[in-house]
Amino acid sequence: MRASLKLVVVVGGLLLLEACSIQPWVKPYERDRLADPIMSWDRDAISGAYLDHVYESREGSRGATGTAGGGCGCN
Amino acid sequence: MTLVPRHLSRLAALAALSLICVAGAAVLPDDRADLFYSTYKGGGMDITGESVLVRKKFSENFAVEANYFVDKVSGASIDVLSQASVIKDERKQKSLSVDYIHDKTQYNVSYTNSTERDYISNTTHASLSQDMFGDLTTVSLGFTYSHNTVGENNGTANAPVISWLGHATSRSFEGGVSQIVTRNLIAGVTVEVITDQGLLSNPYRSIRFLDPLVPLGYSLGTQVYPNTHTSTAVETRAKYYLPYRAAASVSYRYFSDTWGIRANTIELDYTQPVSNKWIFEGRVRHYSQNAATFYSDLFPFAGSQNFEARDQNLAASTNNTFDGKVTYAFAPEGFLIFKRATASFDVTRITFKYSDFRNIKYYNDTPAGGGYQPGTEPLYAFDAMVYQFYISMFF
Repeated sequence: MRASLKLVVVVGGLLLLEACSIQPWVKPYERDRLADPIMSWDRDAISGAYLDHVYESREGSRGATGTAGGGCGCN
Repeated sequence: MTLVPRHLSRLAALAALSLICVAGAAVLPDDRADLFYSTYKGGGMDITGESVLVRKKFSENFAVEANYFVDKVSGASIDVLSQASVIKDERKQKSLSVDYIHDKTQYNVSYTNSTERDYISNTTHASLSQDMFGDLTTVSLGFTYSHNTVGENNGTANAPVISWLGHATSRSFEGGVSQIVTRNLIAGVTVEVITDQGLLSNPYRSIRFLDPLVPLGYSLGTQVYPNTHTSTAVETRAKYYLPYRAAASVSYRYFSDTWGIRANTIELDYTQPVSNKWIFEGRVRHYSQNAATFYSDLFPFAGSQNFEARDQNLAASTNNTFDGKVTYAFAPEGFLIFKRATASFDVTRITFKYSDFRNIKYYNDTPAGGGYQPGTEPLYAFDAMVYQFYISMFF
């Protein structure tokens, strides 16, 4: 038990140190396209939350859309 | 030293190592103010929504957002049509959200109050996100707690008499990863588990069961729901920057819950800017779900099983969305204190089809039930049109 825990700690630590040494393959100066507003996931927060509410009020599913809100779901 | 503290100290060391990767700083989005108006028409319901949102940075690492939303409902959905009453209601939602950035970590806390005359909801949300690995990866974690007070209007639309029936609480745990894949592609995955407890049924919706003693052949009764509900949703998505300055995205969500519902959602979006003044967007979405295990359109008799529901949200259904949106920058270079101002118009058409929820709007016809035997009525379907218009000003 103790040995396996040590192994996990050592391997985990090495992986994290390795992750620290990862050189970003997309450099900051290459991110102009990703910074374009058209690449935003949710450019207009009110509109996105409103449409999520429209769907949640009429469907059996919910969640994983990034919306926090309330109401009975009748509207 | 015992094993446990040593274990914890090593975990702490691991956590510290993970933070060593952090360098540089995240950035809060621009200040903005939005004025929003929407209309929804479909399924016998007319809903108008009005909203104001203001977001302001008080320093480079601290921002506050306030939102006020009012929607007004009138009309009669298929549920209340079958019970000879109409809806007239107003929902007011106020929310306050605070963002704080420290280095590459963004913290968010928000509080939302939503009040209708027969439903009060208070929601508290806290989340954090962390940029790591050269800012290529953002990991986020969130928790939401909601406390709801559920009532029923036993009066009329204009002279309400509210009976408070009980409470429901909801806890949501959310985690997500967003990853820059190439200089043109970003992808992400989000998982959310929500667990509810309390009064979970909609008091305005009823079951129906065969009743040979009445001319209609069926009667309506009270729904009985489990008082717990847990759901899991997983969404994956990707967005690609096309070579000619346009963006295309795809997302897929899988949903399952302890009530037996399984649902799939797929969505495609396309965004096309034209000059620095126009942005055109198109979106299609397809959704399908099966029915909850305790759902039935027509029960053989009241109390035929422990839990009984005939809420259309729990029925097997599909819906399809077609959405078009145009955004016009009427002040692309800004004016007064504003850096930029835009006006957006969005038209959405959603077609809903149910495969085991029948349209019983003929209940008051002659002959009884419009001549339909119980369980042979047409399946319910309706189209909804949603219009949104809003002005956004960035400063």
